[in-house]
Amino acid sequence: MNVAAGWRVARLVGVHDETATARTLVLDVPGWPGHLGGQHVDLQLTAEDGYQAQRSYSLAAPAKGDRIELTVQRVPDGEVSPYLTEVLTIGDPIEVRGPVGGWFVWRPADPAPVLLLAGGAGIVPLMAMVRARRAEASRTPFRLIYSLRTPGDLYYGEELRRPGPGDAGADATLLYTRTAPPGSPRPSRRLSTEDVERYGWPPDFEPTCYVCGPTGFVEAAADMLTKLGHDPRRVRTERFGPSGG
Amino acid sequence: MGIVSPGFRGRPRSKGVELPPGQYLVEDFPVLSAGPTPRVPLDRWEFSVTTESGETHRWSWAELLALPSERMTVDLHCVTRWSKLRTPWQGVSLDTLLAGVETAADFVMADSYGGYTTNLPLQDLRNGQAWIAYRYDGKDLSAEHGGPARLLVPHLYLWKSAKWVRGLRLLTQDEPGFWESAGYHDYGDPWREQRYQGD
Repeated sequence: MNVAAGWRVARLVGVHDETATARTLVLDVPGWPGHLGGQHVDLQLTAEDGYQAQRSYSLAAPAKGDRIELTVQRVPDGEVSPYLTEVLTIGDPIEVRGPVGGWFVWRPADPAPVLLLAGGAGIVPLMAMVRARRAEASRTPFRLIYSLRTPGDLYYGEELRRPGPGDAGADATLLYTRTAPPGSPRPSRRLSTEDVERYGWPPDFEPTCYVCGPTGFVEAAADMLTKLGHDPRRVRTERFGPSGG
Repeated sequence: MGIVSPGFRGRPRSKGVELPPGQYLVEDFPVLSAGPTPRVPLDRWEFSVTTESGETHRWSWAELLALPSERMTVDLHCVTRWSKLRTPWQGVSLDTLLAGVETAADFVMADSYGGYTTNLPLQDLRNGQAWIAYRYDGKDLSAEHGGPARLLVPHLYLWKSAKWVRGLRLLTQDEPGFWESAGYHDYGDPWREQRYQGD
């Protein structure tokens, strides 16, 4: 993990709204060393009076040269996320440190099948793994279970609904907890052990499991995996907390 | 001082509250861990201290609760940048647990149920700086927050306060634990912002 390089000055070069409250930021970071799916960056903001705020955000895609992507969910009354999603403008500078993380990462050389369990905004680092698989032309079997409230909360919808040829062997299942789209066979409800059994991999397949989302989701989903017989040592968790936004 | 972010104002500056660099205040109590939450039945729970000569001191749950406990109110600083002030705990001081332990070791590896590890200098566990904590805010410590019992070393970043603690191994040579092997700082002093290796 090379974070010793300290803060780099990045610039916003592109934005893309994922939902009404989530925005993908494309940053140009001169000298970016590259990163693994699942890693995050630290951002630092400085106000005119010298006051500073730092936050961590997951990388949403593999780097393209010096360009990195983050997806930021706007937290009402948050200190940083409203700035990143509503104020930061193309061309503006922002300080970035990273990449950070050596545990909640997918390494393309790892032959183990992969099971991804996303709750809401927890899809971000898991999508980075799916995209890294595609970029590496990897054939590792992937399954993604993405639990979200309503169709309006879906990140990366185009890409998940219409997988490309590079996504053969990577399946995505979208499960809705509050409002399912019309014609969904499964009524909207919270993720269940049966869902994980049905749409995931069996434990004897020995997948590496990555679980990311809010704490309640992560606790419940990780418990389901261990209950189904997955070895807890192969279950990696990362929690997205709305703790200060 | 970094470069000014155009249009960034930030929260109203908290008056009279001094936080370590890069931290912000929270009122809730976020949960962070690297894997599933282990559930440890109390009748199978034990805490041990193993010295560099291989001598092991053990305490069952009942034996731990029978030791003199302390109530302490401490500030917590997580490397993910949240700080929570004046958190009330109850537990047994490491001074009490280490009192009968003969050792010349300078380092400790804390081991947890579930396989987590973290390394600390032994002196950071002495002199009223560290506890095996089993109650939080007047209630039994929940599993999400490291119950039945966790190490509590509030003067270092919170990843050093190993949840679900199972024992301490006293070492003459320092070794990196779980997060320390993944690029996090060996010591982790929030006031010196020692987040990552090399900070």
